[in-house]
Amino acid sequence: MAIMNVNPTRMELSRLKKRLTTAIRGHKLLKDKRDELMRQFLDLIRENKTLREQVEKDLQAANSHFVLASAVMQKQQMDAALLSPKQEVYIEASARNVMSVDVPVFRTKTRTADQADIFSYGFAFTSFELDEAVEQLAQLLPQLLRLAEVEKSTQLLAAEIEKTRRRVNALEHVMIPRLQETIRYITMKLEENDRSSRTRLMKVKDMMLEKSHDFH
Amino acid sequence: MYRAAVLGDIESIKGFTAVGLDVYPCDNAEQAAPLFRKLAAGGYGVIFVTEETAQWLEKEIRAVSEQVLPSVIPIPGVKGNTGLGIRRLKESVERAVGSDIIFNN
Repeated sequence: MAIMNVNPTRMELSRLKKRLTTAIRGHKLLKDKRDELMRQFLDLIRENKTLREQVEKDLQAANSHFVLASAVMQKQQMDAALLSPKQEVYIEASARNVMSVDVPVFRTKTRTADQADIFSYGFAFTSFELDEAVEQLAQLLPQLLRLAEVEKSTQLLAAEIEKTRRRVNALEHVMIPRLQETIRYITMKLEENDRSSRTRLMKVKDMMLEKSHDFH
Repeated sequence: MYRAAVLGDIESIKGFTAVGLDVYPCDNAEQAAPLFRKLAAGGYGVIFVTEETAQWLEKEIRAVSEQVLPSVIPIPGVKGNTGLGIRRLKESVERAVGSDIIFNN
């Protein structure tokens, strides 16, 4: 590992030592963050998986009812039946903070209080297949909205985990070793300087003694 | 207060009007892209997109994937399930964990 381009001085040494402690502390914190994010993510993704499989299955069932309904009813009739909806869905979105990641939380409100009040048509001229399809969709709606919440959360968490993991790796495999190497280099260099000045002093002392005592 | 929208071919999404979602039919990529951008920018917290339509909108969907809202969710249409939804989950897992540990059975 290459060392950093620094002057081998005492000042630089104490500065680098401070940076190393910060880096190690940061590394530990980020690692904890990553582990906790991962735990939350795995919980969510499992829920997401089962929810999605369920929703896709139910939605396909509802769709097949729709296809049957449109086969037995005239297109205009069906369009007219669905033209003026009774129900409206409003979503109140707030954010929940999971390890500094904002994930959405949805609360749904419907225009009419009765959740079952969904049929925007009289039953006289429509096929029962249509009733079935609409009812299935209405039952599915809470799950669909929960899926929207969970799936968005997993995406946001996945992005954050990726980012955190990069930072942890960069600290662990680049920053910290480099700082350690540089600190070692400076310590060595300072010790070497120390030794060389000491030998120089001893040599000078010898020379001076020799001169004054005419010592051979 | 947000609304929820459904985007896709008319046959697949017709029924959602009855349960109170706003329905925006579109039949090709040229229609879908500006429509999606408009919905994403204005007042929709959740946008359900049929899988077929989602394939035309890859770029647009990725552009909003880092934002908290809107939440864009692919759903199967009348033409059947292409597995796009599960594939997206897989990508999330691979991104977070490094390899797929949930869907590898």
